[in-house]
Amino acid sequence: MLTADLERARGYLTERKRLQEASTPDAVAALRALSSSVRLADLEMVSRARLGHIGGDFSVVDILVTLYGAVLSVDPLNPDAPHRDRFILSKGHCAGALYATLAHCGFFPIAELESFAQPLSALNGHPNRTKVPGVETNTGPLGHGFPVAVGCALAAKLRGAANRTFVVLGDGELQEGSNWEAAMTASHYQLGSLTAVVDRNRLQQGARTEETKQLEPLADKWTSFGWQVREVDGHDHAELLDAFRPGNDDRPVCVIAHTTKGKGVSFMEDRVEWHHKVPTREQVDTAREELTR
Amino acid sequence: MTQVAAANATHDCRKSFAEELLALAREDERIVAVCNDSVGSSNLVAFRNEFPDRLINVGIAEQDLVGVGAGLANGGMIPFVSAAAPFLTGRALEQIKADVAYSQVKVVLCGQSPGMAYGELGPTHHSIEDLSWLRAIADVPIVVPADPAQTRAAVRWAAYHTGPSYLRIPRFPVPDVTPPGTPFEFGRSVQLTDGEDVTVIAAGSLVSRALDAADQLAGTGIGVRVINMACIEPLDTAAVLAAAQQTRGIVTAEEATVTGGLGAAVATLVAQTHPCPMRILGVPRTFAPTGSASFLLEHFQLTAQGIATAARELAGDGPR
Repeated sequence: MLTADLERARGYLTERKRLQEASTPDAVAALRALSSSVRLADLEMVSRARLGHIGGDFSVVDILVTLYGAVLSVDPLNPDAPHRDRFILSKGHCAGALYATLAHCGFFPIAELESFAQPLSALNGHPNRTKVPGVETNTGPLGHGFPVAVGCALAAKLRGAANRTFVVLGDGELQEGSNWEAAMTASHYQLGSLTAVVDRNRLQQGARTEETKQLEPLADKWTSFGWQVREVDGHDHAELLDAFRPGNDDRPVCVIAHTTKGKGVSFMEDRVEWHHKVPTREQVDTAREELTR
Repeated sequence: MTQVAAANATHDCRKSFAEELLALAREDERIVAVCNDSVGSSNLVAFRNEFPDRLINVGIAEQDLVGVGAGLANGGMIPFVSAAAPFLTGRALEQIKADVAYSQVKVVLCGQSPGMAYGELGPTHHSIEDLSWLRAIADVPIVVPADPAQTRAAVRWAAYHTGPSYLRIPRFPVPDVTPPGTPFEFGRSVQLTDGEDVTVIAAGSLVSRALDAADQLAGTGIGVRVINMACIEPLDTAAVLAAAQQTRGIVTAEEATVTGGLGAAVATLVAQTHPCPMRILGVPRTFAPTGSASFLLEHFQLTAQGIATAARELAGDGPR
């Protein structure tokens, strides 16, 4: 099991508190900077490991950074605190983005990112809760994280705890039927503390979602399942912050975050092949330059 | 009821499961029951009446069932996830693997009405594959109680075991086979008779039939050691090795396919440590024909007579 980077963890806790109290423009500026660092770290990880899912990583980074940076009540110094907020990345193949985010928040040393996907590393291609602090459940096969998140929210309700639960789903992942089982359970049990975020980048491994098996009308689907739906630009930290506010009734909240796969790197953006393509050395240089602009 | 009638009485272990779970729930508010529209078939009506909030019914949705169970455990509850064994293990196998076993959360998976208990409902409703499937997944103990006492003890053990577990709760009526006062010890079997000629290692509904076989053979001078192997994972290796060393052979008997359950576990161990003659009794690799649970056990020779025949073959020339 990896352990916290104490100094960075303390800094993170202070900074998160500051951002939660800051004006939106101030918070957004800080979150934007953090997103940039996380994308750069992820680029290096994928480049070094020669594997990963950089396209989906870059579409979800701003969601992860907004949550960890200014929303979630979690503590890298006490990652198992009973009343912590729960965060589950159901699209577990984007572990690279999660690892980079967790490391920047001090859950483990940033230097550990160099071990991504190396033999015997704690940082497997898909997250493992028994090795990585901050990971709540082992995801990878799609359609798993959402039911677990429903269970987390149910437990909180049964215990009378105020903690919230967030789960991030890939849009292609919604083709797995287990998600809709979970969506029904969450609304039936009136789990207003649960937020499901759909990373709506409109691409899946082999093609566009709408060519593969259409999801639209997606918002209507969630509404008809008894959820409050909020649609936002999934790269706009201000919109995300607003969308992540607690719900105003017992309905669980679905945030459809419209995103771009490969966001931030011109030759990756909205291109299906960057689902899990690995950049060449030249492409890494170009990507680094674009991400630091 | 006379003493003889009491000794011959048979029980549906699901009832003992439900009673013990309710007793536990009264003691520990973290205990929750999670089911898939199986309140009745899991005997959870009394639990629901007493603890309506702690009976989570996710409807007919087994993948969700197991995932929600894992989430409840993450949130500090002790979930007993209960469903008919074929659907719990077949439909939600990947959730059992990833969300429960690999994630190492304390979910008690309760497979109700396993084996061929659903008889005439056919192979879709039989759960003869569960032992093979779950043995292939790391870090999930597999417990197959043989009678009400063992069922109660297993339920209590599972609630406070450190990780996940699978309890296979018999529906097929079984008599009491556990000597009063026998504790349930994780990873330990219970030796029920002391024979030195041949060993029968049985689990669940086949234990009482193994005892009947031993009775039959005792009349012919063949001493049978009957072992109730309630823990299939981890196996009681010491008891198996002692049987391999001290008797002429081992018969295994289980209400499951022979591809990977108790017999396979015992065979894998003895083949690599102390090879001995074996007979592996169970359901061959076939879908059962139409028939009641009782008929199907007869059909596949999972009877006292079938066990006695196999034991007699291994005993060879009779008493030594």
